[in-house]
Amino acid sequence: MTDLDQPGTMTEPLSVPYRERERSVTMEPIGEEHDELLTINIGPHHPATHGVLRLLTTLEGEIVRDVKPIIGYVHTGIEKSCEDQQYWKVIPFVERMDYLSYYFNAMAFCMAVERLLDEEVPPRAQWLRVIHLELNRIASHLFWIATGSLDIGAITMLWWGCRDRDLALDLFEMSGGQRFHTRYFQVGGVVEDIPPGFEAQTRKFIETMRTRIPQYLSLLDRNEIWLQRTKGTGIVPLETLLELGVTGPLLRAAGHPWDLRKAMPDSGYENFEFKVPVGTVGDNYDRFRVRVEEMLESLKIIEQALDGLPEGPYITDNRKIALPPRHELATSMEALIHHFKLVTEGFRVPPGESYAAVESPRGELGCYVLADGSAKPARVHVRDPSFVNLQALPEMARDHLLADFIACVAMLDPILGGVDR
Amino acid sequence: MPDATGLELIAQRVRESVGDEAVTDTVFSRGRATLDVAPQSVHAVIAYLRDEDQEPWERLMSVHGVDYLPAEPRLGVHYELLSMARTDRLNVRTRVGVEDPRLPTVVDLHPTANFQEREIYDMFGVVFEGHPDMRRILMPEDYEGYPQRRDFPMGGEPVIYTYNEPELPRWYD
Repeated sequence: MTDLDQPGTMTEPLSVPYRERERSVTMEPIGEEHDELLTINIGPHHPATHGVLRLLTTLEGEIVRDVKPIIGYVHTGIEKSCEDQQYWKVIPFVERMDYLSYYFNAMAFCMAVERLLDEEVPPRAQWLRVIHLELNRIASHLFWIATGSLDIGAITMLWWGCRDRDLALDLFEMSGGQRFHTRYFQVGGVVEDIPPGFEAQTRKFIETMRTRIPQYLSLLDRNEIWLQRTKGTGIVPLETLLELGVTGPLLRAAGHPWDLRKAMPDSGYENFEFKVPVGTVGDNYDRFRVRVEEMLESLKIIEQALDGLPEGPYITDNRKIALPPRHELATSMEALIHHFKLVTEGFRVPPGESYAAVESPRGELGCYVLADGSAKPARVHVRDPSFVNLQALPEMARDHLLADFIACVAMLDPILGGVDR
Repeated sequence: MPDATGLELIAQRVRESVGDEAVTDTVFSRGRATLDVAPQSVHAVIAYLRDEDQEPWERLMSVHGVDYLPAEPRLGVHYELLSMARTDRLNVRTRVGVEDPRLPTVVDLHPTANFQEREIYDMFGVVFEGHPDMRRILMPEDYEGYPQRRDFPMGGEPVIYTYNEPELPRWYD
């Protein structure tokens, strides 16, 4: 019996590197008779590309010499559609960009509009936002670990990851009525207070996840195939990553502790105690461990936010921006007028420009909003972390084996809805 | 964000090093510092801010394209600069007209701008001179027009079926 609680004690299977045992595979360029380059097309419809990503790959033998990501297959013009919607109707649109981190998209957009309006968000709304953002981070990382492990061949993780992500989606359904694209965040706060039972259910989720995450680690972190596939693959120098604008877990895995929640805290993140996990080598294994540790840190944040959840309004009481409470409609004429005006015309935003960025599960998710004084934004542009991080893929995969290339795509975690928008 | 005074100091330093005509305006609004830059000086200003300024702005986080219709010049390109050391942001903005819009690329300074400049070319038609791979990125290669411009109609894209395929432009090219 191996001792599963003591990582690092298992040395025998790893002592002979897999590469040396696998004689048919060599990392060297394959002599003159094989130096012909072969261009193959991976995707756009391929289970290992996480959506419709087309990778034009140049191979020499089994070594990847160049990769050209070709994107745009799910471009649906969301940014253009946003220009035709009132501000509060834009929120469902932006949520559909990066479809695994919908709360973050809505958060970036709401923050940008709140800056234009100079609107304060009440503390309770900020805390509720933090709870949902961190739940969403866990849900997103769980789906990443599920599909990413599937790419490397660990099929059990797919079922485990999706099973536990469902628990987070149940919580979203409780608070917002939807499992995906909840439209829970509104300009000025959140759409509704959390229902009774949400807190208990969330605490139960935290407890469950605290037992589940070590299970993932015992399944993957001690698995020889997993370690050989991830350790030492996909290393990119830190300076290259920074120049390519890579943010999020990919950057932190290379040892740079850049996290917007710590560096430029917004929405009350400065009130929570959490650590920023960083890697040392920057290989695929570090990317995996950083994300797993991030889930544990997010659990801590949720717990603190539940403990210290302030009382008070969950959305701003500025009736020009936020809908009045339902019960007021029966008694107050002003409330009825405000409700009617908001639903039919929306609210006007004074002219100006703003850029707001949040730390999404994949890095800096920024939203630029140009307001022209009307009730519709003149331009909404989202700086999606997947779009920018994808530029690092050729650097990661170059001169590696084709199989490692697939692992790199898995650990890069691109969401094509966000890449193409 | 640098405050309004800090922004003026940055503008002053840029004017002294790059040239008086480089900075056309400074805007400080709602905590956002914007340095308006003449289109031909974009590369020089961003290079100066990255390498030589006493408070360097070493990272480029995002490049946005904007159409300011009906204002002239219509198109705008924003560079969101970031200083990780000072956790501060600065926005550099430039404006170009809609007739033959051209800007110098900043890919040699910030390789992250590669995809983002292609996106702006794709959506607004701004050509970045010196860009290594100036092609459309999200729209199909043979697409005509720049869909994010404000005068580009929303909707109305024909759906290709077998019966109307020959009527659509250039379908057999």
